[in-house]
Amino acid sequence: MAKGATKTPILELRDVHAEAGGTEILAGLSLRVGAGEVHAVMGPNGSGKSTLANVLAGRPSVHVTEGEVLFDGQDLTALSPEERAREGIFLAFQYPVEIPGVANMVFLKTAANALRKHRGEPELDAMDFLALLRDKAKLVDMDDKLMQRAVNEGFSGGEKKRNEILQMAILEPRLAVLDETDSGLDIDALRSVADGVNSLRNADRSMLVITHYQRLLDHIEPDHVHVLAGGRIVRSGGKELALELEERGYGWIENTTAQEARPG
Amino acid sequence: MNALAIARDRHLADYEGFAARLGKEPALVAAIRQQGARAFRRQGLPSRKLENWRYTNLGPLAKLQLGPASPNLQSPATASAGLSLGDSVARRFTLHDGRFAADRETDVTQDEGVEVQGLARLRRTAPEQAARLLSNTPIDEHPFAALNTAFLDDGALVRAPRGIFDERAIQLVVAAGAYPDPRVSHPRVLVVAEPMSHLTLILDFLNEGDGPGFTNAVTELHLAEDAVVQLVILQRERAQHFHIGGVFVHQERGSRFSCHTLSLGGALVRNDLSVQLAGEGAVSRLRGLFVAREGTVADNHTRVDHAVPHCESHELYKGIIGEGGRGVFHGHVIVQPDAQQTLAEQHNLNLLLGEKAEIDSRPQLEINADDVRCSHGSTIGQLDAEALFYLQSRAIDESGAREILTRAFAEEILAELPIPELRTSLEPVVAAELAGLQGN
Repeated sequence: MAKGATKTPILELRDVHAEAGGTEILAGLSLRVGAGEVHAVMGPNGSGKSTLANVLAGRPSVHVTEGEVLFDGQDLTALSPEERAREGIFLAFQYPVEIPGVANMVFLKTAANALRKHRGEPELDAMDFLALLRDKAKLVDMDDKLMQRAVNEGFSGGEKKRNEILQMAILEPRLAVLDETDSGLDIDALRSVADGVNSLRNADRSMLVITHYQRLLDHIEPDHVHVLAGGRIVRSGGKELALELEERGYGWIENTTAQEARPG
Repeated sequence: MNALAIARDRHLADYEGFAARLGKEPALVAAIRQQGARAFRRQGLPSRKLENWRYTNLGPLAKLQLGPASPNLQSPATASAGLSLGDSVARRFTLHDGRFAADRETDVTQDEGVEVQGLARLRRTAPEQAARLLSNTPIDEHPFAALNTAFLDDGALVRAPRGIFDERAIQLVVAAGAYPDPRVSHPRVLVVAEPMSHLTLILDFLNEGDGPGFTNAVTELHLAEDAVVQLVILQRERAQHFHIGGVFVHQERGSRFSCHTLSLGGALVRNDLSVQLAGEGAVSRLRGLFVAREGTVADNHTRVDHAVPHCESHELYKGIIGEGGRGVFHGHVIVQPDAQQTLAEQHNLNLLLGEKAEIDSRPQLEINADDVRCSHGSTIGQLDAEALFYLQSRAIDESGAREILTRAFAEEILAELPIPELRTSLEPVVAAELAGLQGN
């Protein structure tokens, strides 16, 4: 169990097992994230980081076979991806999908209005949405031209990730899951994406920052850091744990974990 | 006797009655009609044994017990449901059951700009010219073009005089009237683009009744040197209507032709588009979007003949086939022995939206020259699961996500339509046709 999650958890995973393509990838993962907290989940390749993100977002090819996934006390596994999004879960994709033939602007407006409809709010017309979009686009320093283009089509790595954070800004989730948001970014893009994320931090919004490297956490400072290995959280601590990992490498965790597992 | 033969004889009997009623008239046009009737008698309604009709069963059409449409008995053309593009964008005319009627404009020649007039009028005022224009139809290869020719009466002549650049498009609403029983009409459109003229023509096919009926259309285009013609064919007949259309294009040196065929409705739509690149430097750009749903067939046959060197053809057809629907694409590009430096590409991409959706796709290249650049290909796929998940993860429900991705598949074709107002006014039409196409 993660230590330090003292507030009422917005997200709670209890002994979660999950498989994809017939292989068990999460093997008893437990995690509590309190409201407004930023948790980092770090781990080597193949440790289950992306599967954790997909379990939360509801990717159809990933199946929870055991354990509980509770969002605000509600069983998430019973909800479709769109229902989860409407309840306030947002996944920033590691590899944002290119959708030729759908203008980014139209996509963003459709998503915003789907959410507003769910909340019983009136849908935004083109003018109102444009005003909202201008406002939010400033947060991630996003070029206007990218609004008219097809969703992510021909976007650079940085533009794709900015677009993800822009969607997060528009959808205002209660839990944002950032899946390797730093991958494929140069340092300028990383900084501007991180600035966008930081501007969206508030007391009602929790974040799960999934990353292989510590460098993203230089920019997005977590309240808690967890280390994922073999489909389980094997160590939890404060932000200093990320630095220690950076210094000593994942081998250190894997070795110490193995020692701890030894009887006597 | 089988249903196809019975239907053939029924059409021919109707032809005899029709020809007798016409009485005395210039012999030239009567001879063209007779040739049409003979060619149709010889070929009949094609069976699936013929290569070009392998995938399309005309049995349901043959069983319709069609009688000839009689526009004179109809109430005058109802406020037609043709797209509203606005007077500043397009001049609108109507072919009602093949009979020419001007809407808002008279059917006399414009002083300046593109001329539009009825073929019946041309037959009276200039019979020799009419006969000359009407005698190029490939009636021996196309039985339905032969049938149309047998019933030659009225139609529309669109002529772009030399060097003209008319900013306004011509919209021709080609409407089949509503009758208590199944009727056939044979609309005919002739387009003559003189040298260096520029013309945009929209053929807006629809039908006014809910019951079964048949539109058997022939459209012929002649592009003289350096003429530019943009043709848009909208087919949005209702669910029980049959549509067979032949479009025959002849291109002279340096002419540029583009054709968008949007087959959105109807029980059966069969299009035969044939382009002859007869002058060096001619360019043809052929685009098609076809939709089939439960029980309906959308069949596109295209033929591009590169007869001379230095011509280009660019062909892209996209099919969206719903559960229980069937699509056919058969494209044939021929590069003649002399046609060196040909650039020809031909692609057919298809989206299947159900377990029982079917597409028969046959892109075909026949190359008889050695210095050419040719490519062709076809793909068949389903909606991208990754894109669906992405949209759903943004709060969009699954059916909405499917509609968005289906519409996106069509976008490549729609985005290229020549007039912005046309794209705008087609948007709800396309959305309505694509809605309800999803398998589950």
